[in-house]
Amino acid sequence: MELHVDRADSGVIIVAVSGEVDMNTSLEVRSALTPLFAEKPKALVVDLSGVGYMDSSGVATLVEGLQWSHRSQIPFRLYGMTSAVKDVFEMARLESLFEIFETREAALGDLV
Amino acid sequence: MSSNAPTDSVCLTVPSHARYLGLVRKVIQQVSQEGGFTEDEGRKLILAVDEACSNVIKHSYDNDPTKTISLTLTDSAEKLEIRIQDFGKRPDVDRIRPRDLDEVRPGGLGTHFIQSIMDEVTYDTSPGVGCILHLVKYKSPQVRHKHR
Repeated sequence: MELHVDRADSGVIIVAVSGEVDMNTSLEVRSALTPLFAEKPKALVVDLSGVGYMDSSGVATLVEGLQWSHRSQIPFRLYGMTSAVKDVFEMARLESLFEIFETREAALGDLV
Repeated sequence: MSSNAPTDSVCLTVPSHARYLGLVRKVIQQVSQEGGFTEDEGRKLILAVDEACSNVIKHSYDNDPTKTISLTLTDSAEKLEIRIQDFGKRPDVDRIRPRDLDEVRPGGLGTHFIQSIMDEVTYDTSPGVGCILHLVKYKSPQVRHKHR
């Protein structure tokens, strides 16, 4: 699993997650996201287009991100969901709770 | 694994460390593919087994990586059966149930995923066997045809 953090001039932070997000790696994602909210970005956007597998611990990490977003009033958006990620979101019935976009352009549209 | 055989079995024993979940997923992917399941079904089978093994690591073994998890996958024309055995804490089977999805909180989704994906989910905690989680996925007529 790999993480790449991009701080755009617009004040938006984009976190690209790639590889497999499971019980062994989800803590790394959590540890990366937590301090980013403290930077008070304009929005935190997660690129999931490189995620080949996600289990319930990965979903739990994103739900935590959503909760931090609500507390901090910082928008939290997801884009580029692969079939593996869509499966778990659908089964957990979480699609309506998150701001989910197909592409990076759509996710950043009104933020830049 | 020959697709002409009426029943094929694969056994795998892994340490109870989350780093081995990737290996378990690869084996399930291969077995589900050989069994004729679609890519979508295969992805879900992988998720169900991964969640079951994660639960063993977390709940049966309290994250102790020195124990083992044994999987037996039996593929036949009509179904794929998966037995996941551990020798950790015996679960209170009556208390294992999926959580209410209306409650938005991290955690507790693994059991929901397993029960949503598999057709049968049963536990055997008879003395001497530790805990055996028995999962069954029946094949659609199209998949059965491909398996022949």
